[in-house]
Amino acid sequence: MAATIAEKILAAAAGEAAVRPGQIIEAPVDLALTNDITGPLAMAEFEKAGFDRVFDPQKIVLVPDHFTPNKDVKSAGQVKKMRDFAHKFGIEQFFEVGRMGIEHALLPELGLVAPGDIVIGADSHTCTYGALAAFSTGVGSTDFAVAMAWGHVWLRVPESIRFVYHGLPGRYVTGKDFILDTIGRIGVDGALYKAMEFTGEAIEAMSIEGRFTMCNMAIEAGGKAGIVGHDATTAAYLASRPKGSHARTSGRVLASDPDADYAEVIEIDAAAVPLTVSKPHLPANTAPAEDLASTTIDQVVIGSCTNGRLEDLRQAAEILRGRSVHPNVRAIILPGTQQVCLDAAKDGTMQTLIEAGCAFSTPTCGPCLGGHMGVLAAGERCVSTTNRNFVGRMGDVTSEVYLASPYVAAASAIAGHIATPRMVAKAASGKTAAGRGGRR
Amino acid sequence: MIFEGTVHTFGRDVDTDVIIPARYLNTNDPDELASHCMEDIDAEFVKRVKKGDIIVAGENFGCGSSREHAPVAIMTAGVSVVVAASFARIFYRNAINRGLPIVVCPAAAKGAKPGDRLRVDIAAGTVENLTQGKKYAAEPFPPFMQELIKRGGLMKYVKSKLAAGGKV
Repeated sequence: MAATIAEKILAAAAGEAAVRPGQIIEAPVDLALTNDITGPLAMAEFEKAGFDRVFDPQKIVLVPDHFTPNKDVKSAGQVKKMRDFAHKFGIEQFFEVGRMGIEHALLPELGLVAPGDIVIGADSHTCTYGALAAFSTGVGSTDFAVAMAWGHVWLRVPESIRFVYHGLPGRYVTGKDFILDTIGRIGVDGALYKAMEFTGEAIEAMSIEGRFTMCNMAIEAGGKAGIVGHDATTAAYLASRPKGSHARTSGRVLASDPDADYAEVIEIDAAAVPLTVSKPHLPANTAPAEDLASTTIDQVVIGSCTNGRLEDLRQAAEILRGRSVHPNVRAIILPGTQQVCLDAAKDGTMQTLIEAGCAFSTPTCGPCLGGHMGVLAAGERCVSTTNRNFVGRMGDVTSEVYLASPYVAAASAIAGHIATPRMVAKAASGKTAAGRGGRR
Repeated sequence: MIFEGTVHTFGRDVDTDVIIPARYLNTNDPDELASHCMEDIDAEFVKRVKKGDIIVAGENFGCGSSREHAPVAIMTAGVSVVVAASFARIFYRNAINRGLPIVVCPAAAKGAKPGDRLRVDIAAGTVENLTQGKKYAAEPFPPFMQELIKRGGLMKYVKSKLAAGGKV
């Protein structure tokens, strides 16, 4: 029977020849993840239920990343609960400040996720790992607590929507623009309970970083998972990982059958996707960046689990090199992991960004959820490469968040309003010409 | 389970950031979470809500983050049941796992006005608007979900499974 990649992974996990959408399966978990928001609640439930062991300490990952470095006494207490739990149950994969990263940047980087894996995380952006042809999805604290004890998760096999991106994108158009544009087309519940499978020439040509960004935001369309089939780009990325997750890929399900059944097939002309911005207060509220140039801004955030990988920071640096952040703007760089920090330091990206007037943060989710390290005041506006622009998401209830790519965020930081790289380049050449004219 | 209470209405796409803002997630104390429930969308909600009241909302209720603090805040604030046109999937799981009764009923959600009295019969799968004199059929839960609810939630379901020998 022809099947989608999501159906094949779930069937293999459940030990069945085939599964169909709507079926409930109980699948063994290859990796279970939690953070300092959802973890303490899960651990309280786990201990309250009286469990005295976890199913497999090697398959549990604890990443305090939201309010770390600990923002206040209460947060420090929550992280301490996680640390104590890790020690008590022999969980080695507990990542301290200085050796950590934002969870969804960190796990793939360390080679902890392999194609065909079933990954659950008590964080909605766990869908990120679909970029490696894994089935990964977000759950709550109780699901995570239960998975720690049982080693399984119940899942309803989702219908899949196939997105086909024909052709190649224009200059500066990235995976972020694709996913924002796609959410704009289908709405914030356009893929509710479904798997979003990304295919087509533009996806085949896309970097693994761009694919992570796209799968990361599947949840913003209500999706259960985002997923991309395994190809040479996936293989090359996995082969370069320290823990060699590629070793676990042989014999795994890696692609959909050509005649698989989809709930819907949505075809998109990649060349027609504009540099896209999601206006307040929903990711689906999209508009071309160049139509929003009258929107002045107070802050720019570049990074996060959505866009905090080295490629993202390099794209920001490409635009900010030799230029300055606008006097009215604070620009904050949120690298995904310690390794990203180190790589950005070695290749000059960090220096470029700091010289342009950006603050370079330690890895943290902080500002994305209005936690710390860049909270917005009443009425302030932020262009952010993060994933949500809900009411009050990054601070005061009257503040506004515009979601964009690193290219658009960097250009906006320079302009002081929403801008594209071309608008910034044009303004600069205009000034140069005027300057020359003045000297004559 | 039958619940009768006064309606508080909300629109579509009510996200977990407005149900319980992230700035309060440095604790999992239910009372503290409940004191900020719906704060960013309706600052007066926690003052108005009475024990047994019912939240009625449009499509995609609970979208966004996976924070289970959202159903915890709603339950602890006194809400007995949430009726919506549809629920976001993680919130749906969390509500079932936590024991917050939820009902999918687009017609009832569309018709309800703030202050209406609603009677929700979970077992019968009906939502009755007592103020308007209308009765609606709710979407039934899939058999597996009914089993989970009957056994008292996922934790109890899995504990009995593990006690019976571990394997599924």
